[in-house]
Amino acid sequence: MSNTARANILARLKETASCSSPDKGRLGGVSYDWDTAERVRRFTERMVAVRAEVHHATPKTWLDVVQQVCVDKGLNNLLVSPETVLGKQIHAQADRFPTLKTYDQPIESWKQEMFYGIDAAFTGTHGGIAETGTLIVMPSVDEPRLMSLVPPVHLALLKVDKLYTTFAEAVQAQGWVQAGMPSNALLISGPSKSADIEQTLAYGVHGPKELVVILV
Amino acid sequence: MSSEFRNTVRANLAKPEVRANFYRAMDGLMTRRLDQFPDKVELERLRTQSMAIRANALSKLPELLETLEANLTRNGIQVHWAETAEQGNQIVQAILERHNAKSIIKGKSMVSEEMGMNHFLEALGIECLESDLGEFIIQLDGETPSHIIMPAIHKNRVQIAKLFHEKFPDIPYTEDVDELTQMARRILRDKFYAAPVGLSGVNFMVAETGTLCLVENEGNGRMSTTAPSVHIAVTGIEKVVESLSDVPPLLSILTRSATGQPITTYFNMISSPRKPGEKDGPEAVHLVLLDNGRSNIYSDPELLATLRCIRCGACINHCPVYVRIGGHSYGTVYPGPIGSILEPQKAGLDVHGELAQASTLCGACSEVCPVRIPIPSILNRLRYDGVRKDTANTNTVGSGKRRTLSEAATWKTWAWAATHPTIYHAGSTLATRFKGMLPTNLGAWTTVRSAPKLAESTLHQQAKHLGVDHE
Ligand code: SF4
Repeated sequence: MSNTARANILARLKETASCSSPDKGRLGGVSYDWDTAERVRRFTERMVAVRAEVHHATPKTWLDVVQQVCVDKGLNNLLVSPETVLGKQIHAQADRFPTLKTYDQPIESWKQEMFYGIDAAFTGTHGGIAETGTLIVMPSVDEPRLMSLVPPVHLALLKVDKLYTTFAEAVQAQGWVQAGMPSNALLISGPSKSADIEQTLAYGVHGPKELVVILV
Repeated sequence: MSSEFRNTVRANLAKPEVRANFYRAMDGLMTRRLDQFPDKVELERLRTQSMAIRANALSKLPELLETLEANLTRNGIQVHWAETAEQGNQIVQAILERHNAKSIIKGKSMVSEEMGMNHFLEALGIECLESDLGEFIIQLDGETPSHIIMPAIHKNRVQIAKLFHEKFPDIPYTEDVDELTQMARRILRDKFYAAPVGLSGVNFMVAETGTLCLVENEGNGRMSTTAPSVHIAVTGIEKVVESLSDVPPLLSILTRSATGQPITTYFNMISSPRKPGEKDGPEAVHLVLLDNGRSNIYSDPELLATLRCIRCGACINHCPVYVRIGGHSYGTVYPGPIGSILEPQKAGLDVHGELAQASTLCGACSEVCPVRIPIPSILNRLRYDGVRKDTANTNTVGSGKRRTLSEAATWKTWAWAATHPTIYHAGSTLATRFKGMLPTNLGAWTTVRSAPKLAESTLHQQAKHLGVDHE
């Protein structure tokens, strides 16, 4: 069935002579000449506007910030990769944090705990977008997809030198096409939300109720 | 004059609560969109660019679909083609059978609504659960979406609170939006936990990289495409774009036009199922490409513009007809201006041709459309196709089916009179002289309006009086 359908659909489409090629005007777009301070300012403003928390830190202080966030939110546990550069630093000082959990097996073997027992997850990011207040997250073997989705709190660390002005600039500068797309790439701009009931914003519909960004 | 459409419109106009819900929502959406585009020049530039991106993709549609298929397949995503909704449903059924699945959890997908998938699968004993909060609400009430972006926009919080209380009597009654949302979160989380198959729509497909993109705020789209071990995406063949660089401008204008957000919470780019070593994500990803009349629309150079649509819903939000009659009045999956051009073309002018009439042609829709679809011209074209005699020259389904002898005769007489000056002058002079005797009851028009009154003298007489020399 499918093969005939494919052939029929393509044949019908090909029968129509290609209309004038309007390639013109589709490429290009705005780019801003924002310096680092301006990018940080815009990113923070946007993130806060959608109820994300943004903490500014340095390579020396970010662990303190993570620790403080865990205390403030009364977290019982934190899911952190023991394999990433950042995750290793957290694991190295495990006694400062709530119980550290690791995602070291396929989801099928610990789904129950992941869905109902994890309070928060910490991940790195692939970059950020100042214009829209967005994190670029590319889940990996060490930091799988569900980490930024299932636990009620998501802590993410963003390095300021990876904060781009626009989405287009990030795609270009990081060479996404040349590098090949990962299984899943995400833009995340705030905690999960909905306005489906009377246009009133409600947070934490299916994904995290809280998004905490640590800018380093 | 009475038709199913008119009857539903009449019934819905008589529901003040529903009308108030629409008014409030559309007002807010219009303001929020406007706030997102403070710079008019930039808005117009972005609209032109977005139009060019979509037009470019359509101009190369068959080639791009082939490239897309090749790249998706290379990435491990299985591609299926369906000419009709029925075929699409059968493909989904076969995938479910192969995985022995008795239920699916759905992210928001208008194409699955178009396919009538829930009914189809439920008849086979397969449970289909909507997980988008708005879709979940209307599914509880046995309704269909009244808007393509905000499916439950026709309900207010009290109605939703009562509905939840009726369906989940064990949970205490609340009208608090946060509490209602948390209730839904708890119920649906258990479903995501257990669901063997997730289903979603697609906003853009990138031919260059073999990537499926999904725009959403809640996370239901991410959950449905990540937690279950099988992900099935369904979408229309027109949703493809050529390259990844086409995506950022489209995403930006889509979210700003739709809900007035600079960007949504999640933009999800899926390029492959779980790879060896990865610990989560679906083991299998399927894409069902649905034609369902689209290739026919494609064959007409004028109607083709319909396929540029990125389903932002802005035309709906700005439509004075939609806001009054509400989404359910249209009786179709897609309501509002986009529905009024798309549905008659898909189902045929004999079935939904009346929708092309349900417009004042005020042009608000085309003024806001981010990809500059000339909706009023297409409405006019469909009105013409509906009554045209030479149906051999058009592919529109149901062309000529709305032609009535009396209407054709009226226009024929008019055309004859208007092209014969003596007759025309005599007629207009007579009509003016005896205007007191003209009927005040002009059928449907005069049930809600006064009949037009003729002036004391004809235009020609007035011109003559003023000394205008028309020669
Ligand atoms: S027709 Fe234009 S305004 Fe309407 S939904 Fe489609 S893209 Fe949006």
